[in-house]
Amino acid sequence: MATLNINGRDVTVDVPADMPILWVLRDVVGLTGTKFGCGMALCGACTVQLDGQPIRSCVTPVAAATGKKITTIEAIGETPAGKKVQQAWLDLEVVQCGYCQSGQIMSASALLAKNAHPSDADIDGAMSGNICRCGTYPRIRAAIKHAAKGA
Amino acid sequence: MTTHTVSRRDFVVVLTATGGGLLLGCRVGDRSGAATAAAAAPPPGFAPNAFIRIGTDGRITLVMNQVEMGQGTYTSMPMLLAEELEVGLDQVQLEHAPPNDKLYANPLFGDQETGGSSSVRSFYEPLRRAGATARTMLVAAAAQTWDVDPASCRAHKGVVTHTPTGRTLTYGALAEKAAKLPVPDKVVLKDPKDFTLIGTPAKRLDTPDKVNGKAQFGIDVRLPGMKIATVAASPVLGGKVAGLDEAKAMAIPGVRQIVNLGDVVAVVADHMWAAKQGLAALAIRWDDGPNASASTADVVQGLDAASQQPGVVARKEGDAAAALAGAAKKIDAVYQVPFLAHATLEPMNCTVHVRKDGCEVWTGSQTLSRAQATAARVTGLPLEKVVVHNHFLGGGFGRRLEYDWVTQAVRIGQQVEGPVKVVWTREEDMQHEYYRPYYYDRVAAGLDARGKPVAWTHRLVGPAILARYLPPAFRNGIDPDGVDGAVHLMYDIPAIQVEFVRHEEPVLNTTFWRGVGPTHNIFVIESFIDELAAAAKADPVEYRRALLSKAPRARAVLDLAAKAAGWGQPLPAGRGRGVSLLYSGWGSYLAEVAEVEVSKAGELRVHRIVCAVDCGTVINPDTVKAQIEGGVNFGISGALWGEITLKNGRVEQSNFNNYRVLRMNEAPTIEVHLVRNLEAPGGIGEPGTSVTGPALANAVFAATGKRIRRLPLQPALRTG
Repeated sequence: MATLNINGRDVTVDVPADMPILWVLRDVVGLTGTKFGCGMALCGACTVQLDGQPIRSCVTPVAAATGKKITTIEAIGETPAGKKVQQAWLDLEVVQCGYCQSGQIMSASALLAKNAHPSDADIDGAMSGNICRCGTYPRIRAAIKHAAKGA
Repeated sequence: MTTHTVSRRDFVVVLTATGGGLLLGCRVGDRSGAATAAAAAPPPGFAPNAFIRIGTDGRITLVMNQVEMGQGTYTSMPMLLAEELEVGLDQVQLEHAPPNDKLYANPLFGDQETGGSSSVRSFYEPLRRAGATARTMLVAAAAQTWDVDPASCRAHKGVVTHTPTGRTLTYGALAEKAAKLPVPDKVVLKDPKDFTLIGTPAKRLDTPDKVNGKAQFGIDVRLPGMKIATVAASPVLGGKVAGLDEAKAMAIPGVRQIVNLGDVVAVVADHMWAAKQGLAALAIRWDDGPNASASTADVVQGLDAASQQPGVVARKEGDAAAALAGAAKKIDAVYQVPFLAHATLEPMNCTVHVRKDGCEVWTGSQTLSRAQATAARVTGLPLEKVVVHNHFLGGGFGRRLEYDWVTQAVRIGQQVEGPVKVVWTREEDMQHEYYRPYYYDRVAAGLDARGKPVAWTHRLVGPAILARYLPPAFRNGIDPDGVDGAVHLMYDIPAIQVEFVRHEEPVLNTTFWRGVGPTHNIFVIESFIDELAAAAKADPVEYRRALLSKAPRARAVLDLAAKAAGWGQPLPAGRGRGVSLLYSGWGSYLAEVAEVEVSKAGELRVHRIVCAVDCGTVINPDTVKAQIEGGVNFGISGALWGEITLKNGRVEQSNFNNYRVLRMNEAPTIEVHLVRNLEAPGGIGEPGTSVTGPALANAVFAATGKRIRRLPLQPALRTG
């Protein structure tokens, strides 16, 4: 049994301690906005925030989340940075297939929350772990800057 | 949540008890989610065709026959319908179409397919006609109500107004009456100059739910009592299970069942983590079968041998052999492109519930009717007992034109009590793809004394995908997709011969990959024309330009791209610009200038891409730009790093660590310049990919003097 704080609510789940947070969210709790892409922290589709830090939930065991706050795409819009990022994504029509975008938004929101005006190098540093096979990178970069302007 | 009316005609309406709960929070529904709709007893409505339903409550539902995989079709198709229906995009809700070739076949293929950059090309007129038909009937219903001439009525934003008196009726109020009117045989379509939606940068309708986690992809399906399975198919095509340790897998908490089908093993569990651990614990031993020793080198050897023989002539102008023999200078080359994975970010997955009397399938497919047909074949059920619920696709790129993973999931589902979601790991996905084929091309050209081409021969060797996929399209030994682009060579050359040599390499399954024929052929012809320009000591843009007397649209995009890119302006050492030009069966003209840098260590970096596009009539200009941006980046991944290799029958790549794809820190700036006109709409999802490889290869040549004739580029630079 583990008690996790997910999007501000305590949730008790009966799962092994080494089970990655990704599968707890998707298959046990039923929050499917967080995506599975690679299982090896290579693509970023599974990015969630743990106490505001972006982490790859496909390789992070539930044990690592004890006493910490997990925030997922379903609730990131309730944070100031997340709300701005989601709006910028819509304003600039970033999305194509959309499968990676939960992870992109979680990474971008974490970046903006600690760095209100990121440089191109900051964006590269924060976002290069998130693969977009549709190739929406130019718009992701522009949308992060757009969101920063609204700060 | 979208519910819907049960349509009155044309539809095969399927009611299910389990589908309804899936779509919570999603704006896009599917018809089989009817359980909740039935409970709410929606009012009857007006459904003049398979694409439009208007409820008496005023709800306007557009049924999406083409699937959404990022290319923006869930906005462009509604724009076509709404333009003529005279409704705003903010007034409609969308619904995934069910499989039905009779209602939703793509005329280009004859069945219900989304691929080949064809949605707008195929449905530009039919959907406008569908919208106009509905609008004509609604106006007629209003005119009848008021006893006035329909010509004195005007439809706008879902309301019909009798212009002289100002009386109004909403579409919802007219639905019941309109439904009783005969469907007109002929309707008048708008003059394009009167378009208010088509050609404007409309906001995409699918994006709001894609930024908050609500959008439902196939992998997001959850059903009461559903189990989750992951699979291992034979790592060598044609291999069989030789042994496994079932007890060890069953000992993992959460593992419920092992399904061994001989060629594939599934571990069925409470969640993916248990399934993955169970699969590892099985320690499956394989009998590799006839392909046990297959390697990339063998494949290339087979292609090379096949290339020594003449092929079927796909295009012939003049006498190329004679012109070649009489030319002042002769140049020839061999070009090769490797196997490629699509690597859609959403791995293959399919949820099935097989019962004695029916089968339900939940997945994201580019080819719904094939998904339905394979489930019917596997289960032996009649087609109408198989319900397929489509979803958003987490990338298609041609991979989801196949349905192997649906077949596999249904076979597994037959052995499982209740619904089961089968999810492939990334490794399973990358090693069990339907890959872009390896192609091997021989090209030759004869130049006159001034360096102008007088002869061109192109013999391309590869499989005929269409012979398997769409046999009626494979005619006279020619795969029209395989030769697409090669036979469209636009340059003024008096003698041209293009030959196709069909050569199947059954050690890997192959299929369409974004850009299909042209991604391979444009790389060959645009690299080779660059070689001719170099041989003639001519500027690559000027050389091409002088050969385009019969292709003014091509010349115009070439000029536009060259100018916008600053072609000819000096660059720092180590940098180079390359150009390429595209025309093919898609009907679009593209010119691209790539600017790259190659470091002393051979590290290749793409700095800037400028692309000029003439795709004729544009539906949503912002989507066209987005598709070019994305297509270019997809092309960069493939051209720089993309390569699937075989050793001992096994695919050597397994995940994004050894199948490299473009990332944010490597992505160039991309400028897209659109030429606007009212020519027939051309395809736009794929050409950005196809035009990019040769522009990069030509830029590498400009930067380094090194001509790379076998993709990918990066390894050739580092080892060279």
